[in-house]
Amino acid sequence: MRTTLRGKLLPPVLAIVFSVLLCTIALVISGDNPLDAFGAMIGQLFRGTTAVDTLNSGAVYYLAGLAVAIGFQMNLFNIGVEGQYRFAAVIAAIIGGEIVLPPGIHTLVIIIVAVVAGSFYALIPALLKVYRGVSEVISTIMLNAIAIGLIAYLVSTDAFGVQVGNNIGTRPIEESGWMPGIPFGDNGTLFGFVFVAALVGFGYWVLLNRTRFGFELKASGESPTAATAGGVDARKMIMTAMLLSGGVAGLTALPELLGRDHEYLQTSPAGYGFAGIAVALLGRNHPGGIALGAVLWAFLDKSAVSLDNVGVPQEITTIMQGAIVLSVVIAYEIVRRMELAAEQRRVGRQLGRDTSDVAAGGSV
Amino acid sequence: MRRSRVTTLAAVALTGALALAGCAKDTGGGSTPPAGGNQAESCKKNPVPTGGSGSAAGSTSAGPKVDASALKVGLAYDIGGRGDASFNDSAAAGLDKAKADMGLKETKELTAAPNEPEDAKQSRLRQLAQEGFNPIIAVGFAYAKSVEAVATQFPNTKFAVVDDDTVKLPNVTGLVFAEEQGSFLVGVAAVYKSKNCHVGFVGGVNVPLIQKFQAGFEQGVKAASNDAKIEAEYITPAGDFTGFQDPAKGNVVAAGEISRGADVIYQAAGASGKGVFEAAKSKNALAIGVDSDQYNQKTVENSRDVIITSMLKRVDVAVYDYVRAVAGNTLASLPKRFDLKADGVGYATSGGKIDDIKATLDAYKQQIIDGKITVSDKPSN
Repeated sequence: MRTTLRGKLLPPVLAIVFSVLLCTIALVISGDNPLDAFGAMIGQLFRGTTAVDTLNSGAVYYLAGLAVAIGFQMNLFNIGVEGQYRFAAVIAAIIGGEIVLPPGIHTLVIIIVAVVAGSFYALIPALLKVYRGVSEVISTIMLNAIAIGLIAYLVSTDAFGVQVGNNIGTRPIEESGWMPGIPFGDNGTLFGFVFVAALVGFGYWVLLNRTRFGFELKASGESPTAATAGGVDARKMIMTAMLLSGGVAGLTALPELLGRDHEYLQTSPAGYGFAGIAVALLGRNHPGGIALGAVLWAFLDKSAVSLDNVGVPQEITTIMQGAIVLSVVIAYEIVRRMELAAEQRRVGRQLGRDTSDVAAGGSV
Repeated sequence: MRRSRVTTLAAVALTGALALAGCAKDTGGGSTPPAGGNQAESCKKNPVPTGGSGSAAGSTSAGPKVDASALKVGLAYDIGGRGDASFNDSAAAGLDKAKADMGLKETKELTAAPNEPEDAKQSRLRQLAQEGFNPIIAVGFAYAKSVEAVATQFPNTKFAVVDDDTVKLPNVTGLVFAEEQGSFLVGVAAVYKSKNCHVGFVGGVNVPLIQKFQAGFEQGVKAASNDAKIEAEYITPAGDFTGFQDPAKGNVVAAGEISRGADVIYQAAGASGKGVFEAAKSKNALAIGVDSDQYNQKTVENSRDVIITSMLKRVDVAVYDYVRAVAGNTLASLPKRFDLKADGVGYATSGGKIDDIKATLDAYKQQIIDGKITVSDKPSN
């Protein structure tokens, strides 16, 4: 059954409305004016660098969301995007900082290194799952914890780190390895990697809808037994999906690394991988949906600073993000059932008999 | 389905049993007297240095009255903000004092969210600058790069960064501290109060800033006695900043050090320090606080009787002096580093538990001020 446009758009809209209501209640209880808060959130877009920052962070969340979605397509829950992206970011920053190559090539090498490092870190849970049947949920969570230790070692001054003041990080990447952005003067600079992220999203769409691999991936996700009976090699599918997911995860930190920070610091942010899970859920694994989810997520993130500035607790944005994810899952389910019932009624009418029994039973 | 549920139940039960077994072992280890033998006799102390000139530490806050009522001061806190009972609160105290003493009227305080990227920090500072706040004080070295970016954009606004002096711009002032000097003194105090001649250090996260605390403490301990043994551990490695916010882990690490024989524990672990104090209390050990005078702190009130002293890092003094210097246009007179001499670091005497050794501590303090003892900010290993 194909979902209608209404079935696609209604749930996220419902979820946003619901979370706005919830936040309004939370704001009223905490004694703040909801209108001020929402006014500040909208108003920030027209001030300073917020609009550009939203798109920049959106690219980061988009890549993380795509990485998670590739796994979701065949029922692989890659919680390890967090560890994979951070591991890849550190390796890419170290190698990018140690070498100097002509502009363009230098950047390309860093990107390739990040993809390979992300895939490598995803290879471990993939091998464990294929050959030992270890659940990827467990192994990737553990590898996330291991990544923290690995990164701590890699950026320490005993390994590749350099200390600047009280902070330590990797050696800064030379200018030849940066990726130029589009400057908007006082309104910030749009990362060049935003376009790479969009390309990756397009590639994801082509892969899923126009290639045999994509078909097999989705088939394995919907029914592994049927896929196996149809000649799909389940092991190969798991390996490929995990490696692809890890490779895309490896790109996650690059917009910031190549466009602004040029080094990986011990204070560099963590958590993009977990946000990616939420973004993939919001976007229902659809490249367009994930893009909207990523930008929405980034927008809420940026709101925190502006809310704090007008004296509203910035944690409100976290409540909103959480509420949206929870309610979008519920809203999709409600709308799905509504559509199912409508479909049954329609079929029933066409067949000219009463199908209320079937509808009540819920079988199609 | 049923089988998997049984497996899950079994797993839960097993984990629980293991956890319980772990706990039981822990308490068992704690109740037996620590090995080492010499717990009754305290250690042989090195002779206390003499010959200090006896002059009091120079206080920078003395001087003519300054009026700062024309200033709009913006403060950008690190994670936790006002009310973290530590570092940020100390900065807030400096601001409050400036309001009371210098007639400062308009201030705005903003707080960082956990795990925020660089652009959030820049937006925060930029919003303050655009609204005309000048000076703007960024609390925490994590702001260094953002201050550099925003200060370039607003050359007429003055900025200060606490804990960082790497930004070399005419309108940026670094407010850094000699944490190792204060830690040296509490290291001496720890040895004098230790029954086992065995002391411990618990760091929150293994980063260069906290290593300065460890380095100073260890040198103080060695200076006080050649026999003293030191345990030094961190709650989490660099990059995992939960070590500053996890009292449960702080408790476990401190309990481990106590069960190995240490009986005075110095913590530099932010909010995790609460767990360190609780571990000391439940195992009859003593503890040393950090940053603020923790004996007087509400959040650790229940275990305050184990806190013999605290290493004071006077972020409040730095913030106050900076606002004063901006108002009086005397920025050049600010100390390069807030050390013992500038009263930027020190030790607390609340609770009266170290009154008997105060003369000894002050003798060491004078030696450091006079430059007869130099304290390194890197741990020896």
